[in-house]
Amino acid sequence: MNSNWLNYYWRLYRTNLKVSIMDQIQYRASGMIWMIGGVLEPTIYLIVWSTVAEANGGSVGGFTAREFAAYYIVLLLINHLTFSWLMQVFQFRIQYGELSYDLLRPVHPIHKDITDNIAYKIVQMTIMIPAMITLIVLFDPLFNFQLDNTLLAIPVIILAFAVRFLLEWSLALVAFWTTRVTAINNTYFAISMFLSGRIAPIALLPLWLQPVAETLPFYYFIAFPAEVLLGRLDASSIGSGIGHLVIWLAMAILLLNFCWKRGVKAFSAVGG
Amino acid sequence: MSAAISVKNLSKTYYVPVREAGLRAALTSLVKRENREVTAVAPIDFSIQSGEIVGFLGPNGAGKTTTIKMLSGLLHPTAGNINVLGYEPAKRAPAYLKQMTLVMGQRNQLLWDIPVIDSFERNRAIYDIADPRYKSTLGKLTEMLGLGDLLSKPSRNLSLGERMKCEVAVALLHEPQVLFLDEPTIGLDVTMQRRLRVFLKQYNEETGATILLTSHYMADVEALCKRVIVIHHGSILFDGQLTDLIDKFTAYKTITVKTEDQSHDLSQFGTVVRQVDTTTSLRIDRNDAAEVTARLLQEVNILDLKVEDPPIEEVIDQVFSEQ
Repeated sequence: MNSNWLNYYWRLYRTNLKVSIMDQIQYRASGMIWMIGGVLEPTIYLIVWSTVAEANGGSVGGFTAREFAAYYIVLLLINHLTFSWLMQVFQFRIQYGELSYDLLRPVHPIHKDITDNIAYKIVQMTIMIPAMITLIVLFDPLFNFQLDNTLLAIPVIILAFAVRFLLEWSLALVAFWTTRVTAINNTYFAISMFLSGRIAPIALLPLWLQPVAETLPFYYFIAFPAEVLLGRLDASSIGSGIGHLVIWLAMAILLLNFCWKRGVKAFSAVGG
Repeated sequence: MSAAISVKNLSKTYYVPVREAGLRAALTSLVKRENREVTAVAPIDFSIQSGEIVGFLGPNGAGKTTTIKMLSGLLHPTAGNINVLGYEPAKRAPAYLKQMTLVMGQRNQLLWDIPVIDSFERNRAIYDIADPRYKSTLGKLTEMLGLGDLLSKPSRNLSLGERMKCEVAVALLHEPQVLFLDEPTIGLDVTMQRRLRVFLKQYNEETGATILLTSHYMADVEALCKRVIVIHHGSILFDGQLTDLIDKFTAYKTITVKTEDQSHDLSQFGTVVRQVDTTTSLRIDRNDAAEVTARLLQEVNILDLKVEDPPIEEVIDQVFSEQ
């Protein structure tokens, strides 16, 4: 890794980020609509689970109503920070020939996707922050932020983003082989919804399902960083979670390389 | 001059699933899929010297775009070899990609919503163009294409012609040595087509870049290409000078004469294809053209006489209809 290489990527990322932020700002209105959906989902679960906790004499599965509020508000933020959309759009890239241009540039197209993703998140923060403040005012969450957990949560969130991004980027490549991507995506999103802690915290899942959730990567993308930030996990759970993320990171990198090489080869056989 | 592009025994075959109409065929295809081989490009050979502009002609589906995609590196050949600037395009080595460009008239690489200059900036970063070189290339392209105030407008606010000029400019910022242009003037009005042609010619003269272009507009080809390669059903029908193509494929010439009055029956000299007042166009077998011209001058009171080859569109049409 020499300084030329670093300089090149530094300039590439800086320019792409600037251009991408300008581009994203043009889509404020559609961004707002996406965000409404994004905010509504955890708000609905927050209300449901708070009601259940209150009906259950104040808490359920170790969560009080105010702790549910804290969990879902943090979950909203983490999901925003780690999500990606390539699985929904990659087939259109192939269909409309954008990929042809991407392939003929002397740089891997993933770099542009990384900066686009970060740019989107930066721009959408202008909607996310007021939304979170509103939820905090409405639901009076009980946050238990500690300095050490908060500091630890930052690299965990970055790691979770990296793994989720690379894994979903690899899965998006299935569009190289089939045009029926929507069915595959819907299955992925359904499983992810259930096992990532978005429908319910993992502690509330049936006992037999918890080890499954703790093995698959979905939990580590969203609920795990949230629980680290909220101080709900002990040291060994945090260590095990980070270990899982690192293993999934290695697998995602291998999968990406494998799928990209083969996918491009398949694409180059038939053209776009 | 050395060969910038050299192609040997290049072919491309696609496998397309085939299925007959009806429910039975649909069910059968669930268990047994049948594929049909479609030869898009039969083995072809050609080479293009550095600095040449070559027109790649053929009707829709002839294999032009497939060949251009193989040359640029987008498609893997089924068989044969391609060498462009010493590289094998299908490997898409960054060093190769930095020296070539592909412009497809119907596709855009400019970002829709942001000013054109920012899309240029993005390419500057991608192609790692040093600042002084970027500034001088941008200045040159801006002047040659008349980009001026277009650069500060978002691509979506530009007319088709303006956008195409910017698309060409963004594709040339890294000063590629080889340009593959697939229908670069499609959809443009006559003035804009002409401007783009003038630009390409000037660009080729100034930079010595090699250009391979496909176009359905023969005016593009006549203005830019001395040499043409004609492809049909995946095979090369003709590779040579445009003037030789006309000689080879046209059986006739058109002689237009303006006479003093309409008293002469000119149909004895050839087929009358048009007559307006005292001006008559005759179609003559090209081997007889010299003799008929001499006879006309002797036997008829002629005020003006013009011997022409048929329009290039007709020649091309003739070439393909013979196949």
